[in-house]
Amino acid sequence: MMQPLLDVLSWICLLGGAIFLLIGAIGVLRFPDFYTRLHAVSVCDTLGAGLVLVGLIFQGGLSLVTVKLLLIFYFMIFTGPTAVHALAQAALQSKLKPLVDDHEPR
Amino acid sequence: MTELLGHYNYWIVIILMMTGFYIVIARPNLVKKVIGLFIFQTSVFILFISMAKIEGGTAPIIEEGLSVYSNPLPHVLILTAIVVSLATTALGLALVVRIQEAYGTSNEDDIHVQDEED
Amino acid sequence: MEHLIDIVLLGLLMITGFAIVRMKSLLAVAMLTSIYSLLSASLFVVLDAVDVALTEAAIGAGISTILMLATVALTRDEEKAPRHTPLLPLAVVTVTGAALIYGTLDMPHYGDPAAPVHQHAASAYLHDTPGEIGVPNVVTSVLASYRGYDTLGEVTVIFTAGAGVLALLGYRTRRRNIQGPGIRKLVVLRVIAKLFFPLILLFALYVLFHGDYGPGGGFQAGVIFATGFILYALAFGLGNAQRVIHHPLLRIMAAVGVLIYAAVGIEGILLGGKFLEYGVLADDPVTGQHLGIMLIELGVGITVAAVMLIIYYGFVSRQD
Repeated sequence: MMQPLLDVLSWICLLGGAIFLLIGAIGVLRFPDFYTRLHAVSVCDTLGAGLVLVGLIFQGGLSLVTVKLLLIFYFMIFTGPTAVHALAQAALQSKLKPLVDDHEPR
Repeated sequence: MTELLGHYNYWIVIILMMTGFYIVIARPNLVKKVIGLFIFQTSVFILFISMAKIEGGTAPIIEEGLSVYSNPLPHVLILTAIVVSLATTALGLALVVRIQEAYGTSNEDDIHVQDEED
Repeated sequence: MEHLIDIVLLGLLMITGFAIVRMKSLLAVAMLTSIYSLLSASLFVVLDAVDVALTEAAIGAGISTILMLATVALTRDEEKAPRHTPLLPLAVVTVTGAALIYGTLDMPHYGDPAAPVHQHAASAYLHDTPGEIGVPNVVTSVLASYRGYDTLGEVTVIFTAGAGVLALLGYRTRRRNIQGPGIRKLVVLRVIAKLFFPLILLFALYVLFHGDYGPGGGFQAGVIFATGFILYALAFGLGNAQRVIHHPLLRIMAAVGVLIYAAVGIEGILLGGKFLEYGVLADDPVTGQHLGIMLIELGVGITVAAVMLIIYYGFVSRQD
């Protein structure tokens, strides 16, 4: 009874995660400069990979696998944003100017 | 399908191997040469692991209810080879650093020119 | 499905390889090499080699990249165009590649269970491991027990490489902790590094002692252990890291690991067995095997961790 429901939920999460990862990848290709690309990647990666992990947790059920997946989830929500933050910080320090639209009044 | 793809892994491995080989012989920068060697090494790892795979097998960790396992022997050989590859890469890069300090360049052509001047 | 993943990953590997050839910026090439290693680690998981994948991810994508970046920082980061036309190398590569592809035509197909590779020793290892060694992970049992001599040799190679890098690069202790104005701003990175440093070391110990039952073992654990200290050095500066773990201590530990391994072998002789025969270490042969594997994995882990840190210190302390 529960199994089909769990399967559907996990498929929704997996597909949703895959879509977000795809959006992130398109963002990297399409956005004009470093900071906007970083933005696309960081937001979509955390959400996308997180959703994939949640989908896998539905498949794992109550077992040791789920505990390990939760640990990976915990590591990821910390390391991903930190890495992107460090990268942006390093870019700023090496005097990489963000792309700003000069035509708009600021 | 399988008939056509039976050697797919090996062919890609050979292309990767030749990519690394080309970098080693055609590029003058010494860091790039070490990286070419690294690519060559990794392609050899993929060759061995591809040979170890058995259709429908699982990772060689024995468990109830499983009977087909992939071949563990190449895994062991490659596991240690990876660590040794890091050792050789580190030694190669250390040599590059010393050459850079002695000649002021890590470009092979410039080093030859300097050697001929002496 | 598995074939599809295999094909896609190999295709991506090929694209990355070509990109490495074409790129002129060495910084980008070093990062692409890291991607190349990560892709091959994913491929190893698909090909059932989980132990190898763990090693490749930690070493290829982790420590190798750091060493290459350190070297690029010490040399120039732009590659000059080659002086000669690449026609001759291209011809050599094409001919060699064609000859090798012709050679593969005689090879058995990918995944063929009847291939000669699977006929000789591997089936015996798979069959005898549960009874003789009593550990589920056959890779560990072959690595540490059946082919223990081989692994002792590999550990000695690692030790020698560490000695070689030490001879080439030496080491300089930092009395003051030299910090650029930048590193002080990395508050977020430092907090996270402080949070994760103990967890990484804990994970290394888990990988070390769980290697009998799942993927893992001394080589991977040593590398992960070293990675924890490298993270610490990156976030807090090399001087602080050298205060946590001294260079002389590392040199002693690198030797101690190899000696533990060899001592287990000699202990076997003293107890009436052969060199590296673990069965005699305890009353019950299977318990003896467990004990022996645990001890030599510990030795491997200590040596690998110490040598990785010696190499890292050697490269980074050159930067002034």
